[in-house]
Amino acid sequence: MVFEKDLNLDATELRLGLPGSSEESIRISNKRALPDMNDDSGVAAAKKCDQETAPPTKAQVVGWPPIRSYRKNSLQTKKTEAETGGMYVKVSMDGAPYLRKIDLKVYKGYPELFKAMEDMFKFKVGKYSEREGYNGSEFVPTYEDKDGDWMLVGDVPWEMFINACKRLRIVRGSEARGLGCVV
Amino acid sequence: MQKKMAYSFPDEVLEQVFSFIQSDKDRNAVSLVCKSWDEIERWCRRKVFIGNCYAVSPRMVIRRFPEVRSIKLKGKPHFADFNLVPDGWGGYVLPWIAEMAGAYPWLEEIRLKRMVVTDESLELIAKSFKNFKVLVLFSCEGFSTDGLAAIAASCKNLRELDLRESEVDDLSGHWLAHFPETCTSLVSLNISCLRSDEVSFSALERLVGRCPNLRSLRLNRAVTLDKIANILRRAPQLVDFGTGYYAAELQPDVFSNLAGAFSSCKELKSLSGFWDVVPAYLPALYSICPRLTSLNLSYATIQSPDLIKLVSHCPRLQRLLVLDYVEDSGLEELASSCKDLQELRVFPSDPFGAEPNVSLTEQGLVAVSLGCPKLRSVLYFCRRMSNAALVTIAQNRPNLTRFRLCIIEPKTPDYLTLEPLDVGFGAIVEHCKDLRRLSLSGLLTDHVFEYIGTYGKKLEMLSVAFAGDSDLGLHHVLSGCESLRKLEIRDCPFGDKALLANAAKLETMRSLWMSSCAVSFGACKLLGQKMPKLNVEVIDETEPPDSRPESCPVDKLYIYRSVAGPRFDMPPFVWTMDEAVRILH
Repeated sequence: MVFEKDLNLDATELRLGLPGSSEESIRISNKRALPDMNDDSGVAAAKKCDQETAPPTKAQVVGWPPIRSYRKNSLQTKKTEAETGGMYVKVSMDGAPYLRKIDLKVYKGYPELFKAMEDMFKFKVGKYSEREGYNGSEFVPTYEDKDGDWMLVGDVPWEMFINACKRLRIVRGSEARGLGCVV
Repeated sequence: MQKKMAYSFPDEVLEQVFSFIQSDKDRNAVSLVCKSWDEIERWCRRKVFIGNCYAVSPRMVIRRFPEVRSIKLKGKPHFADFNLVPDGWGGYVLPWIAEMAGAYPWLEEIRLKRMVVTDESLELIAKSFKNFKVLVLFSCEGFSTDGLAAIAASCKNLRELDLRESEVDDLSGHWLAHFPETCTSLVSLNISCLRSDEVSFSALERLVGRCPNLRSLRLNRAVTLDKIANILRRAPQLVDFGTGYYAAELQPDVFSNLAGAFSSCKELKSLSGFWDVVPAYLPALYSICPRLTSLNLSYATIQSPDLIKLVSHCPRLQRLLVLDYVEDSGLEELASSCKDLQELRVFPSDPFGAEPNVSLTEQGLVAVSLGCPKLRSVLYFCRRMSNAALVTIAQNRPNLTRFRLCIIEPKTPDYLTLEPLDVGFGAIVEHCKDLRRLSLSGLLTDHVFEYIGTYGKKLEMLSVAFAGDSDLGLHHVLSGCESLRKLEIRDCPFGDKALLANAAKLETMRSLWMSSCAVSFGACKLLGQKMPKLNVEVIDETEPPDSRPESCPVDKLYIYRSVAGPRFDMPPFVWTMDEAVRILH
């Protein structure tokens, strides 16, 4: 088997690299595999070599495995959720300059959730009552459920809440009035 | 003395005869018989298929076929699906619509694949074709729901609107409300690709309710499970249904409502969708499972036991798309339950993970090849393979016509012997004499290409990645595969020699794609110069190819035959090698 040593792969390596361009570095790591392969004329040995040279966290080769982005995007969202086991939702607070994200699975119930939110945003949730909600609090926790409605946090059982909650929003007490709860 | 016999039928008779000839190939053959047949045929050709929108210009098509009612166009090369073709490469449909708007006022059907479609194009379609019936946008992009609103509003006789796997700028769900109350003609509606969480559900329900001929309906993720029953009850005549989000808290009344709605659909044969599945709701499908011929669960992250249960209820299944959660055990069940299976696609649930996350190996595929005598088409992602398994598969299933195997790690050898998989794939091409499409993976030397060139006489499309040792590999394919139309290659050490030696072959093919290979810029120029009927496109996003020595390999190369000459809508990173050795840009 004649291996084309003059494939100018070295030249290719030089040419492909715009330093700092991440796509190029992906391609370069890919190209380096070829000279290793060609240099070992024994194919089985070459495979071992390839496995040794494969870095532990693999740089993703562009377009490989051949999966359409349509499908890839669908998998990525699921993977982040499934792998970490987390249920990450965005948390915003009126007046805060940026949003946060928390993992609802981490908390065992409302008290822990509220403590985490209070720590994160430096406010106090206040007392919850079924009849009056968070009457008297400066800030009130609300959430958007799967139907797109904004609900008061605390009305439904915890398990039901974490399955329904899409995002959290801490609103000023004055605005929270009028938020009903769905039976 | 010569007697001249006049064997002429009147034109109308010939036209009538030709109207029974539907296939493009046969029509093309008819037009080659003689000048008068060519003339008659071209006036009565109603359907045109253009596999590469740059192979011919709209004007040429219109000139030859003045009375077309249905057109199908394909744009970007297949590897665009995997982000190998940079954005902006081309494939714009607007010039076609603009020309056809004037020339084909009675155009009824437009089917596009991998093309860039703008709202402007959609608005032009809506405005120009009074009897417009069918719009299929397969893997297209560049348009928004505003364009769809124009189609919905203007096309009074719209039968099909199919947006499968397109990228749509989903601005608002309200476009659905643009279908007038008088629109009752829909037969097929596929909006599964729309991503926003909004859909004008009441408009959708009303639309479905007033279209008695609706046969195929594919919803998007925004439609929640509790809404499915309402939709199905309005369209019990559906043959093909795509669910939206198939997950909810298990509630007995919702479940029984859903099960009842499904069971009222006596014609339902095909199901898809199933994003976010809650397994507890799968039994709602059991009443229709015995009739199901096609099932797409490729987005459903349900585990093998649930999949097995479902599949065992579907003895008539012909087509199954599924994630590798099905595992070998699920495929063994499939092999024993579904004897009518013709097509199997198994997608990876964790393609970028370093370690296998499921127990899916070559065994699953072997089991299906053994148990399903009608299996013709396979797409299989897995992490290990052996020559022995491939040989078994080939011997079990010589009736395979499409075989696409993706071993996730490039250059993976036979896991038992550590040999290349040449012999295994060789067996596939040798035994499967009607094989039309093949995708290779794993560790492969030039030998596999020798087998392919020798046996792959019916092969029309070949996809190659990280394979081969030298130009000999490419030469075997180009010189041996008589029926080859599309060849796509990435990351293989194929260079100038094979390409230049087989230049004439390229004119018999639709296209050749080569990226991260070893073809030099000089060879590209030579090819462009010697072969005027080929467009030789060099694609390089980093710098112009002529800023380097000619011997340097090009990054990406796309060669296709064309009677339209070089195109003029190229972006800055694409260069065509012109015959006058000007580099057009």
